Amino acid sequence: MAENQLNPNSWVDQYADYLFNYAIGKVSDVEVAKDLVSETFLAGLKSAKNYKGDAAERTWLIAILKRKVIDYYRKSNSKKGKAEVRMSLGYLDETEGDWLEEKVADPNGNLGSDSIENEELGLALQLCIDRLPHKQLQVFTMKTIQGISTEEICNELGINPSNLWVMIHRARTALMECLNQKWFNA
Amino acid sequence: MISCEKAADICTKAQYNEATFLERLKLKFHLIYCKVCAAYAKQNTKLTSLCSKANLRSLSETEKEKMKETIRRQG
Repeated sequence: MAENQLNPNSWVDQYADYLFNYAIGKVSDVEVAKDLVSETFLAGLKSAKNYKGDAAERTWLIAILKRKVIDYYRKSNSKKGKAEVRMSLGYLDETEGDWLEEKVADPNGNLGSDSIENEELGLALQLCIDRLPHKQLQVFTMKTIQGISTEEICNELGINPSNLWVMIHRARTALMECLNQKWFNA
Repeated sequence: MISCEKAADICTKAQYNEATFLERLKLKFHLIYCKVCAAYAKQNTKLTSLCSKANLRSLSETEKEKMKETIRRQG
């Protein structure tokens, strides 16, 4: 399968934000997530020779990231106590009891599933964003996700506002198309 | 009267609250009689709400440069 090849020089541009958002979903700590993404890239480089090409580059990197996440939890658990899995269910009052049964999520409350759905939505959206041409991706991300002002983006990228709006417009149209099957019709 | 092109332009700006009052008024009027633009505007607004609901984060350019540099050095 020669169609799947590793191209480490484009990893950051193509996958960094996707992996970053994936990691945040798992560890909910921005700094840790950042480190995990860097570690994933480095581990990817190291084991590049083991890459057989039967999975897409993205899938392969996510598999590495998943292992990094597990390692992270393993380490943070072993710091607290040996061979003891500590769970902190901070939002529960201690008086609610120690029984696991009392701590399971309320099946009628949809808070949990909402956040899972938003996480999936975020990754689907990021997947579509990653398909945009580089310039559009850059402008759209700065404007929409990082919330930088029009003026600042124009200064930084050396474009004028009407250029910016054309690119945003094209990016949004492409995103709507890309998301159409999965989310708009659901 | 504004063209569909102009309407789309205003609609996109409005997603970032950067359309003026007069522009929004023109857009509203256009959407009354132009069903194509109305459908487009609806999706565009939905995309905005999806984006805020998804709560995406992004690494800054400097952070990305740093990662690229590390990869280059290791590779």
